[in-house]
Amino acid sequence: MLQRLFSFRGGVKPETNKAPSVQVPIGLAPLPERLYVPLHQHIGGHPNPLVEAGQRVLKGELIGGAEGWVSAAVHAPTSGTVIAVEEHVAAHPSGLTTLTVVIEPDGREEWIERQVVDHRSLPPERVREFLRDAGVVGLGGAVFPSHAKLTAAKAVAMEDLVINGAECEPFMTCDDVLMRERADEIVRGIAIFRDLLGARRVLIGIEDNKPEAVAAMHEAVGRLGEDYQVVAVPTRYPAGGAKQLIRVLTGKEVPASKRSTELGVQCFNVATVYTAYRALAFGEPVLSRIVTLTGNVEQPRNWEVRLGTPMRDLVALGRPKPDTTRFLMGGPMMGFEIPDLAAPVVKATNCIIAGSPALFPPAPPEMPCIRCGACAEACPHELQPFDLYWFARARNFGKTQEYSLFDCIECGCCSYVCPSHIPLVQYFRFAKSEIWAREREKQAADAAKARFERRNSREEREQAEKAERLAKASVARTSGSRPAATDAGPPARPRGSSAEAGSGSRAESPTDAAAAPAVGDAEALRKATIVAAMERARAQRESAQPKNTDHLSAAQLREIAAIDARRAVLGSAGESPKGPDE
Amino acid sequence: MISALAIMALGAVVLGAALGYAAIRFKVEGDPLVEKIDAILPQTQCGQCGYPGCRPYAEAISAGEAEINLCPPGGLDGVRKLADLLGREVKPLAAEEKPKQVAIIDEQTCIGCTLCIQACPVDAIVGAAKQMHTVVESLCTGCELCVKPCPVECITMEPLTEKLDNWKWKYPVIEIRRVA
Repeated sequence: MLQRLFSFRGGVKPETNKAPSVQVPIGLAPLPERLYVPLHQHIGGHPNPLVEAGQRVLKGELIGGAEGWVSAAVHAPTSGTVIAVEEHVAAHPSGLTTLTVVIEPDGREEWIERQVVDHRSLPPERVREFLRDAGVVGLGGAVFPSHAKLTAAKAVAMEDLVINGAECEPFMTCDDVLMRERADEIVRGIAIFRDLLGARRVLIGIEDNKPEAVAAMHEAVGRLGEDYQVVAVPTRYPAGGAKQLIRVLTGKEVPASKRSTELGVQCFNVATVYTAYRALAFGEPVLSRIVTLTGNVEQPRNWEVRLGTPMRDLVALGRPKPDTTRFLMGGPMMGFEIPDLAAPVVKATNCIIAGSPALFPPAPPEMPCIRCGACAEACPHELQPFDLYWFARARNFGKTQEYSLFDCIECGCCSYVCPSHIPLVQYFRFAKSEIWAREREKQAADAAKARFERRNSREEREQAEKAERLAKASVARTSGSRPAATDAGPPARPRGSSAEAGSGSRAESPTDAAAAPAVGDAEALRKATIVAAMERARAQRESAQPKNTDHLSAAQLREIAAIDARRAVLGSAGESPKGPDE
Repeated sequence: MISALAIMALGAVVLGAALGYAAIRFKVEGDPLVEKIDAILPQTQCGQCGYPGCRPYAEAISAGEAEINLCPPGGLDGVRKLADLLGREVKPLAAEEKPKQVAIIDEQTCIGCTLCIQACPVDAIVGAAKQMHTVVESLCTGCELCVKPCPVECITMEPLTEKLDNWKWKYPVIEIRRVA
């Protein structure tokens, strides 16, 4: 089928290096000794752990429940025992830790009961919920929960569903082999997304350096009788960026502040579609993913790896060459150096590249920007990286936002072409995270202010209420004492009686009797209450019996006697100055 | 002549009425400068500036009674922003700048006296009389006001640790290597 292709601006053509890892089919990575499954593997809410140490879990059992709508569930990748739920190093450039469920596999691979669902028989909301609880997220690398993208905009009908098999990053071939080997499942999965979105046309975009994948997909589409268009797009990095691929296939340019749904287009990665199909048709949640292991290794290959497998175990399968110095997660353009190989494979781990000084020579020293404009020409989003660099470097973050910093997809084209070897993307990442941090601080300050103000108003209100209560009480007292003077009894009774009951003696009756006619009746009453309270306290002290005194040693008894003696001395000393006063 | 005067007088009356109406209709409540200063202050409500809260300090700055360098949680960055806003000179901070902290109650030692709850300006401590208290970390501004009232000294200030949620990409550092 003839299809008019469009083009996006900018982009680069780095060496693809894809051939070595597609020579052998996907291998199933062996079960590691321990699986470290982080609970937060996607963008959005942190799932809460649903298991505890010592608990036995089955393959596919829910171990972390989705928290909020933009979130996804996490499952046990195999059957075994939960060893711990603890902090473990994350697959993240910082090398910081994250809450992780550690599972010791028992090797039996016992499945939990799988629930097969036909997406046409359920209402769309239920299907979206099902996908969320199956942990389906964007496996292209952004790990955004897919169900949250599966709603068409209210005002705009869904025109095109773009399936992203472009895989433009050098070295990476996980989507390529998936399309070659499991094309039928992908094509069947596309039907789910198409039905949920009500898309009129489906376009599958694959870079033209993967003719086998194009052929396999074409064949599968024909075999299953679908009308999807498989389109080979020109190989140019970053053709696999969602906005770029949409532009190439449909000619629609997604504006800066809009989402593609508002233009009637939505884009999903082939691996995401595959996992969605497995989830619905087989009841299998996302437990593993295809990871390309390549670079400076003896055996570059794609592996189907259980999530949570330590990267060290995976890397060992490829046998890194002795001069390997570092490992990258993701491609060489957008990936990051893995700080610790103890970090597990997660849903975002699409590729691991072993690096050596020969393969990735150390970056030459950064030179001053000469404002040549090469970065602006390479930028696929038509930004001006040199300006952004200038402002980010000067920490002028307001200006970076004016120059649309947040439209930058961090593809790395600008750094790639920069003749001065400036790590431009690093500056942009720095500026972005700094802006986010300030945003968080601002929100925290606003919240603190609001709480402070609420507290102040509450205190004021309480004080006012208390003053009012006191005023009322004093009014009641003055109005109450007048009838007491005439009636000589009942209204004053409650207060007098409480003092009486406390003391348990008739000693108060004279004061009580005297209080009624006297003007200083409150004064006398107060004194009486104090006397009564002191009396009560003394009675309590005397009635208190020492406890645990049955089996005391002689030394302990001596000690108690000494303490009692000291107490008696102190007591008499405390009383003596009072004597004359009384 | 008369008609010209009448027209001018009428114009004056109409414009005067319009201005008078606008003065009532668009009256600015409070001092907008105080709002701007308050927005820069970190809202820890710690009183380290000598004023009971951020807003009183903002009012004092706006009235010209207080220096702009009295807010340690705001840091030098805050002083710079205030100087920018008010057209004053940037001054070094009057006290030393501390990293962001959070109060931690040692729950073993806590006797449940509620004194810290009363001291907390943002209601970030939960607990009741004779019950264990604890600090809600996400609400704590690190103002240290709860530390002093504690009779058993069970509250300590801990600097905020870096976590995945608040981790930031670092400023790119150019390595300088010895060439010869």
